[in-house]
Parts: sequence; structure tokens; C-alpha cells
Amino acid sequence: MSINAAPTGAEAAVEKTGQRATVPTQRGGRRKPPLSENKKAERKLGLLLCAPAALVMVLVTAYPIIYSFWLSLQRYDLRFPDQREFIGLENYVTVLSNEFWWTAFGVTTLITVVTVAVELVLGMGLAIIMHRTLVGRGLVRTSALIPYGIVTVVAAFSWRYAWTPGTGYLADLFSDGAPLTERASALAIIMLAEIWKTTPFMALLLMAGLALVPEDLLKAASTDGATAWQKFTKVMLPVMKPAILVALLFRTLDAFRVFDNIFVLTAGGNETSSVSMLAYNNLLRGLNLGIGSTMSVLIFLTVAIIAFVFVKLFGTAAPGSDDGERR
Amino acid sequence: MADIVLDKVSKSFPDGTVAVQDVDLEIADGEFVILVGPSGCGKSTTLNMIAGLEDISSGELRIGGQRVNDKAPRDRDIAMVFQSYALYPNMTVRENMAFPLRLAKLDKETIDQKVDEAAKVLELVPLLDRKPANLSGGQRQRVAMGRAIVRQPKAFLMDEPLSNLDAKLRVQMRTVVSRLQKKLGTTTVYVTHDQTEAMTLGDRVVIMRGGAVQQVGAPQELYDHPRNLFVAGFIGSPSMNFLHAAVQDGGLHTALGDVPLGDRVRRELEAADAPRELILGIRPEHFEDAELVDEDTRRRGIEFEAPVDIVESMGSDKYVYFTVEGERASAAELEELAADAGAADFAGAGGNLVTRLSAESPVVEGQSRRVWFNLEKIHLFDPTNGRNLTLHEGRAAGALAD
Repeated sequence: MSINAAPTGAEAAVEKTGQRATVPTQRGGRRKPPLSENKKAERKLGLLLCAPAALVMVLVTAYPIIYSFWLSLQRYDLRFPDQREFIGLENYVTVLSNEFWWTAFGVTTLITVVTVAVELVLGMGLAIIMHRTLVGRGLVRTSALIPYGIVTVVAAFSWRYAWTPGTGYLADLFSDGAPLTERASALAIIMLAEIWKTTPFMALLLMAGLALVPEDLLKAASTDGATAWQKFTKVMLPVMKPAILVALLFRTLDAFRVFDNIFVLTAGGNETSSVSMLAYNNLLRGLNLGIGSTMSVLIFLTVAIIAFVFVKLFGTAAPGSDDGERR
Repeated sequence: MADIVLDKVSKSFPDGTVAVQDVDLEIADGEFVILVGPSGCGKSTTLNMIAGLEDISSGELRIGGQRVNDKAPRDRDIAMVFQSYALYPNMTVRENMAFPLRLAKLDKETIDQKVDEAAKVLELVPLLDRKPANLSGGQRQRVAMGRAIVRQPKAFLMDEPLSNLDAKLRVQMRTVVSRLQKKLGTTTVYVTHDQTEAMTLGDRVVIMRGGAVQQVGAPQELYDHPRNLFVAGFIGSPSMNFLHAAVQDGGLHTALGDVPLGDRVRRELEAADAPRELILGIRPEHFEDAELVDEDTRRRGIEFEAPVDIVESMGSDKYVYFTVEGERASAAELEELAADAGAADFAGAGGNLVTRLSAESPVVEGQSRRVWFNLEKIHLFDPTNGRNLTLHEGRAAGALAD
């Protein structure tokens, strides 16, 4: 059941996103049914201009995706190459009925939800500070963005050293030493590292959203009797909604694929593996191409579903969308 | 409802620029006052200071007798209408208008009743459930007005509320605003850069330039008795004609001929520091086709002859443009006015003379025509400081007054 459910959702997602991309032309077409010669030529030129990019996309993304899907339908372990065989969806049954997969899935979901939620709140605060700063604006913005500019692996190593008992400056914060060797504290540290690293990115996206809020709107709210908090919740947030959704989408997709920090900090020990870690371990360390590819396809589907849900949400939140519907 | 008093209110920014300088203004309860001037004259800053959106650097602001310098906008009980309308895009028309009432924590019934009432006055009833994105400019403007009136505030502040509308709608909305203000009797401060709006709407008009008040008065008074060159050039459409005039043997030498002077002006000019060059100002309607002037009237003015450039027949009268030779009038004020109007629209200081003649005048383009103008209605300005020399105790008396 669950095996079937996922692909249909994904197909729907792919279909829908495809539809969305063509919606404007369809609408334009409906309003003026017969296309003039000019329009046709213009459209042809447009397609021709897109073609090279589309071709490159097919080569570098579509091919690997299709190939891993093909691999996921086979029993294919490089340690036993003789047993290679097409087995249909059996790999999916194996993975989806395996508790390691579900533990990793739970860990990944937890990390995603917690980090994105915390990043949204902190990022909003940071965005407002960056937006409002009058003196040393450049300096404030640059320094806020430093964590995002550091390579994740490098940052992860510095966190690991910081939490290493005996030498790390943070390890002594907790009495019993070695926090990275216990599940709860290890997960907390992984999330901390993630949040520290990507909050600036969130802030950057939200700052773009803040710039969308017209100054007059806030002035109007002031004279209408709104307090600072009311201005924020009743005027700024609704206007910023599209920007917030974009930021959440980007960050959720990113967070779900968390890998570097876990790889460096715990190497997946003590049940701290994410789904990406698990796929990596099966594919590259276990050399089991079939199972590993199955996991990557499942990750891909999950990410596609997340994207689909967010895109659905956009549909009603994007600015100007409701006049589009009514006209 | 309340009066608004500005007592030496100034605004300066940290970098030292002074946006508004010592503005003294008393706005009576229920009065409709217009702040007008070219862009950058400080009118919007003044309005924002009254609203509390901008801090007051010095001076005192009182609304209803109470000092409000340090009060937040939400505690001043004023409503503001913006040029951009500033409607909340996520709310329907009804929610937009109800917003200030909801913030004031009124109960739902009262809110509905007040919103419906305001919607009826502004003919917004069929639009109540629409979002601002689905309204035309004029409708948005009415919603913005509606949001201001539902609250029955002490005062309305309007920042160029009609400037984003097209010309025809602007004229329509002007009467709507005017009628609404009369009906509600709420003190209103209205900012505009359009002198026509200022003249037609306000009980009193405040003309500002470079952060300072130039003159305050009823529209007609500003038109008839401008205190200086700037006010004279700013008010009136087409604007006043300005000509260079040299003081010579108790008279004035101008491109339109020699202008005799009365005793009063002559006395002024005899002072040691009096200017030797003046600017002569004549409004278009104070010219007339010399043929159509009767003997009695003729004696009050002088005549000149000039080639006709363009004739615009308006039906009721004719706008006739003459080319005149001679030195151009030049003063800082005139340059500023020309820059503000866009040089083409402000012919006042150019080589062109704009006149409004009777419709019966048989004037023809390309020919020369004899034209008379009224010396009792002309103004003389000191080009160095723009002062109107013909003004006596606030009344303009023309060049011949004794």
C-alpha cells in the first residue's frame, strides 16, 4: 500500500509542477484563442532559447534519476555481482519494512522540523535587525552572513573539536563529558550546528521579503492604532507570506537532506543517522547498489512531496494570485 | 474633533539638513487646511510630524490643546490617507475599514454598523468583500477614505490622496473629499503639490517653500495679495507673467513700455537700499484687447503692441500668447518654480506673455495686436528677496497707488 502511495504522489507532484509552469501561457492562450503569426514566431524562438538549458538539465539530472530508479528495481550488490537480477519492487518492500530506515526517517524528520522552525524564528529576528540597522549596515549584514560562508564540513569539524572531551571548549558544559556519544545530546548538537550554519540564509531570504512591505502600509497601521507587535503580525507577516514560504521550502528541502554535519559529528552512531547517511552507507560503504538506490529514490520522492505541498500553499499565497483567479 | 496648533515646529535630520523650519500654524476645529508647495518644500514632513510618524526636532505640537510631541501615532487619534492608499492587501475592503476599529477593541456589532455606514456614504457597499488588488484606483482611494472616517478621529491627515488618479477622476474625487469634509466637520490637513487642488478645496491654504511657510490665507487672498514672488508664481493657472523692469526717473522701463508709478511705490524706491531692478508681475486676466476697453477703464492702464504667437479659444474667453522682446525676469524663486512645473509649463518667466482676452477679440495668430493692461492690478517684486513692493498692510494696491 505504502509502496504504491508514494509514487502516485510523486507523479502528481511532477505533473502539477509541470502544469504550473505552463499555466501563464495557457491563460494567455485562453484569452486570445487565435495566435497571430508574430506570437507563434515569438513562442518558437522562446522554445529554441530554452532548448540548450533543457538539454543540459536532461543530461545531468534526468538521466541519473532514471538510472537510479532502474537500479532500485534490481537486486544488485557489488559484493555478489553474479546475483544481479530484476526483482521489481522487492527492494522497496525491504527498505520500507526495515526499522533502521524508519529510525533514520524519524531522525531526519525531527532534525528538519526543529531546525527549520528555530531558523525561521531566529532568521526573522536577524532579518529585522539587518533591515532596520541604520549605522554600519554593511558590517552587520556581512558579519551575520559569515556562518553561511563557511564550508559545512569545516564548520562541522570545529563543532566536533569543540565538543570533544578534554580538548574542546564546550565539552565541559555538561558534567558527564562526551556529549557526542549520547543520542539525545548528539542530535541536539547536530541541530545546533545546522541552525548556526543556515540561519543567515533564512535571514537573507526573509530580508528580501521585508523589503516587499511598503513603508506606507506600516505608517497606515501606526495611525490606525496598531502596536509594534500588531504591525508585525497583522501587516508584515501576511504581506511577507510568499517570501516566508519560499524560505521555508528552500530550508525544508535542504534540511531533509542533512548529511555533512552528521557525517563529521557522529558518523551516524547511536542512531543519529539521517536517511541520506543511511543511503550513503548502503550504497558506497555496503556497495549495495539496489538497496542504496531504492533509498535515494525514496528520499527523492519525499522531497518531491514536500515541494508539492509547499507549491500548493504558494498557489493561494503568491501576491496577485487572487486577482489572477477572478479576472 | 479638535484644533491643531503648530508652535515653532522644526525638523532637522542628523546630517544637518533642515526639512521644516519654525512653522507656526493654528488650525481651527473643523477647518480644512491645505499644505501646498513644490516637492521637497517640507509639506509632507510637516504632515508626518502631525501624524507622529516623524519626530519633532523642536517646537511644540498640540492637538485639542494637548501637547502630543512625544505621543505615538496610535495615541493621537488621527487618521491618515496616503497617496499610495496603503490598503492592507491581505484583507478585504470590509476588513480594511474595520481594522482600526478592531484594534480599538470595539465589539463586532458596532464595527459592522460603522463600516456599513461609511461604506454607504462612499458607495462602497457592493465592494465590501473584494480584495484591494481587484479594485480600480478610484475605488481604492475611497476605501482609504473609508478606513479614515469609520473611526471618527480628531483629525484627518491626507498626503496627496488624489495624485495617483487620472485627471478626470481627480476632479470627481475632489468634490467627494470636499463634501465629505463639510458633512463630517472634521479638522483636515491636506497635502498637495497641485495648486488647483489647493485653491478649490481648502478653507485656508499654507504655501511652503524650502521648509518655511511663505503665506497663509484663504485661496482668493493668496491669489489677489501674494506676499512674495514665489506665492505669486505658484498660485494661478496659467501662472502670472513676470517681466524685467528697470527703475528710471520715477517710472519703470519694461518690455511692455514705460510704467508710471504712484507716490507710494516711488517712496519705497527712494530708500537708499532700494533695488534698481524690479520684477513686474501681471496675471493673464488683467490684459484686454485694446479695442474692447472703454475710455474710463483705459486711463487705469497702459497699452502696448506685440506679435501674436498662439491663440487658444476657450469659448468663454481666449488665451493669447504674445512674444515680447527684452530682458528676462530672473530670480531664484522663478527658477525654482520653473524647475518644479517642468520648464514647458511655466511660461511665467520666459519671453512669452500669456493673456486672457475677451472672446469677442478678433485677434489672429501671426499678426500684431494692441493690448491694454491694468496698472492697478500689477505687482512689483524685489528680485533679491522676492518681496511684493505693492503690498500695503497685506493688500496689493497696484503701481499707481498714492
